[in-house]
Amino acid sequence: MATLATPPALTRADFEPVIGLEVHVQLLTATKIFCSCANQFGSAPNSNVCPVCLGMPGSLPVLNRKAVEFAALAAMALNCRVNETSIFARKNYFYPDLPKGYQISQYDKPLAEHGWIDVACSPNNATGGDANGTKRIGITRLHMEEDAGKSLHDGFADSASKTAIDLNRTGTPLVEIVSEPDLRSGDEAYEYLTRLREIILYTGVSDGNMEEGSLRCDANVSVRPRGQEKLGTKAEIKNVNSFRFVREAIAYEIERQIELILGGGTVVQETRLYNSAEGRTYSMRSKEQAHDYRYFPEPDLLPLVVDTKWQAEIRSRLPELPEARRARMVAEYGITEQDAGVLTASRTLADQFESAAKAAKNPKRVANLVQGELMGRLKAAGLEIEQSPVSMAGVAMSADLVEEGKISGKQLKELYDICFAGVAQSENGARGEDFAAVYEREKPQQLSDSVAIEKIVDEVITASPKQVEQYRAGKTTMMAYFVGQVMKATKGQANPAMVNEVVGRKLG
Amino acid sequence: MSQPNPTSQPGTSLFSIDGIRTAIAARETTATAIAEQHFSQIAKSDGEVGAFLALSRERALAQAARVDALAAHGDLDLTTMPLAGVPVGVKDVLMTKGLPTTAGSRILEGFAAPYDATVVTRLEAAGAVILGKCNCDEFAMGSSNENSGYKPVRNPRDLTRVPGGSSGGSAAAVAAGMAVATLGSDTGGSIRQPASFCGVVGMMATYGRVSRYGLIAFASSLDHVGPLTNSVKDAAQVLQVIAGRDAMDATSADVPVPDYVADMQKPVRGLRVGIPKEYFGEGLEPETRALVEAAIEKLRALGCQVQPVSLPHTEYAVPTYYIVATAEASSNLARFDAVRYGHRAKGAKSLSEMYRRSRDEGFGPEVKRRIMLGTYALSAGYYDAYYLKAQKVRTLLARDFELAFAEVDAIVTPTCPAPAFKLGEKTDDPLAMYLADIYTVTADLVGIPGISVPCGETSEGLPVGVQILGKHFDEGTVLRLGAAVE
Repeated sequence: MATLATPPALTRADFEPVIGLEVHVQLLTATKIFCSCANQFGSAPNSNVCPVCLGMPGSLPVLNRKAVEFAALAAMALNCRVNETSIFARKNYFYPDLPKGYQISQYDKPLAEHGWIDVACSPNNATGGDANGTKRIGITRLHMEEDAGKSLHDGFADSASKTAIDLNRTGTPLVEIVSEPDLRSGDEAYEYLTRLREIILYTGVSDGNMEEGSLRCDANVSVRPRGQEKLGTKAEIKNVNSFRFVREAIAYEIERQIELILGGGTVVQETRLYNSAEGRTYSMRSKEQAHDYRYFPEPDLLPLVVDTKWQAEIRSRLPELPEARRARMVAEYGITEQDAGVLTASRTLADQFESAAKAAKNPKRVANLVQGELMGRLKAAGLEIEQSPVSMAGVAMSADLVEEGKISGKQLKELYDICFAGVAQSENGARGEDFAAVYEREKPQQLSDSVAIEKIVDEVITASPKQVEQYRAGKTTMMAYFVGQVMKATKGQANPAMVNEVVGRKLG
Repeated sequence: MSQPNPTSQPGTSLFSIDGIRTAIAARETTATAIAEQHFSQIAKSDGEVGAFLALSRERALAQAARVDALAAHGDLDLTTMPLAGVPVGVKDVLMTKGLPTTAGSRILEGFAAPYDATVVTRLEAAGAVILGKCNCDEFAMGSSNENSGYKPVRNPRDLTRVPGGSSGGSAAAVAAGMAVATLGSDTGGSIRQPASFCGVVGMMATYGRVSRYGLIAFASSLDHVGPLTNSVKDAAQVLQVIAGRDAMDATSADVPVPDYVADMQKPVRGLRVGIPKEYFGEGLEPETRALVEAAIEKLRALGCQVQPVSLPHTEYAVPTYYIVATAEASSNLARFDAVRYGHRAKGAKSLSEMYRRSRDEGFGPEVKRRIMLGTYALSAGYYDAYYLKAQKVRTLLARDFELAFAEVDAIVTPTCPAPAFKLGEKTDDPLAMYLADIYTVTADLVGIPGISVPCGETSEGLPVGVQILGKHFDEGTVLRLGAAVE
């Protein structure tokens, strides 16, 4: 009689992590979702409030049309199908910063469903990437809801014994974007969040600012033996406040669950919090302590109808999205995909770049200039692209001057330094100067006298016999050395095109 | 005590809204004098009736003075101020800025509303003088007004009996001549049933016709605000003022409001009136039946075509109502959490203790019972069997009426199965109390308009009301038949 072989013990590599993300995004409407209070971050506590958002007896919600349009625009940008009819529902639970004792949300009929985002990965990777290095992450749903207020536990006189409540945030319009459990690692989650945030920023419906809480993320993490269809028991990691921490928290949680199972334990369904200082997750509440939210349709609001006509109106406001824009910019300006990636990091940056690229003779040079000369200086000065002292007309002008050989790269750098002079230290609004004004004033002298240049080239060649030998032995890259020496000797003022020509001729 | 204020005696010129406003406009009397007369009547009678929880003397006299100043200058225009100088009471579930607003509950003891309900704003803009806040069952939950967190209301027609509920104070105030009109709220019959018990008119318009903004919610999909008055015409005039779209209430309907008084005055000849057999079965007290049948005969005599109709799902209305209403209430009453306003228990050591003890101390037993029922009905695993099923039955009830209204213009029934009962008679039996709403809850569930009009007295001298139900947004026909019965 044959004995049954004991199945080989599982190892870490036999487990597959499964991750789904829930992202909350605050919408940048002028007023709150159900009342006309200002939707504004940073006001004095409890100043943007009224009977409706305070949950006063008898008050009723009235839906903000703009919030619907923003939510639908985000949904369309995420390739979701917007439902013609969706239903608001009450999510009931007690919390001091939830004035009505329920949150108005959407439950079984959300605003939008069935969307996706393509994220970059290594081609044909083990977690479902295609040959082009793209993986499609499904979006289950996008629904609308109101934000709650804030409980403040410290920072005031009697905070040891009391909690203060600020209800300014109550009623801020939110969309919750729920992904399919398609993610397989913290890195993929990071990539998904980056793309998601980028798309949301392009639509302009949110500032996506994680520090101010306008973008928040919860992660559902489970592991299962490879090949098993059924999902493992999940843990929900709540409110992690940066994409980097989401990646770390997920990586930690995957390890924790695998270790637990390998050690003979079982994962319990629970809510966990990530402690970024310690780099680990902690149990917050178990399934038994979980709320029964007793969802039911909100009787104070009619079903939300976004009909075909309204959807078309909203869709017409959909901007070109980052992925499409990158592809077009590569084709239109002949820049690299990497350049396009950097230059589309925000819609404003891309807009600014394109305005300069269109005005200049060589868009590729503009791309290099913006990345190489402008962005670093802006960062050092703490400025956004739209605050740049060098306007896009200035960028185009400077690119053309270099292109035509009228100034050297070194001179351009010096001129940009003058444009930015004092801006970094400025607290009282020193704006710097635009390129055209600085150029007109400084008019850097370029050495274009061929006799003088030939003389300097001869001196450099005489002083560098070893390098000449190397060059003549076939090391043509030595060319750059000679050009560099000439530029150094002329303090960067020699016309680079002429220097190249003369050096080549003399050595050849 | 059943001697009403002389100024409100039927037959005198100052009994009706028309009488009062025209006398003030003609400067035969003043709004201030009318208000003072009613405050005197309240001082005299309300000790034993208990219809008011708070008086708003200062606000009332300031409003009366404004009306009087207009009249003195000949600037009082009754088309823009159709309720000029009319003394009214407002059920305590309506928010009145700066005035105590408790919903009859201890949990809101000492709470002053920070804003006015839309209906309150509209009443005052029309010149009405608000005398005070009318007593009611706590959060409008009850059929006898014995659930008030402060004091019961007694029926002015027989002080040993209840005035009905939950708008018991509103009905009693009109019946006792302490106000010419009052506002009540109706979630399962809370305007029509007390109107019937106290011998006054109570009108509930179509759901969505009158703004709920500022009405402390009991069950949002069932709550209605409406008038209680001495006559159908007065009810039409008050409804005219409070009806119409309000941007603050998303469920308020954008449907033009007709001229109710003009509609009311049309003849009833030729109207088809349906009599549902389900409302005349077991449990209907014989004298009540006889009086309601006499009212139907009167309509027939006036040329109405009276015909039987069937509303086959009627028997499911009360259980359906108590699921939907309690479910919504369990959520609506969550905001009374002692965090921002209302009663807060002393010495709580933790947040959950603060919640539990504050709500335990602040809510009365009927409110707690309904919060628990409603919480249960919405709980995971029970939602489909209770709340969802109740909503389906609600659709069947609506279908019943749709089919009936294909054949008739209105439906006539008793308002209540029996006249006013004694105080304490049903307090130990919630189910018996719930059955007092058996003929009224369906209209709330379906959202159609209904009125209760007095149709006589029993041998004991207790008033009985007849109920007329109409099609959605057809208050005109309801008022017209009501005036005919009257």
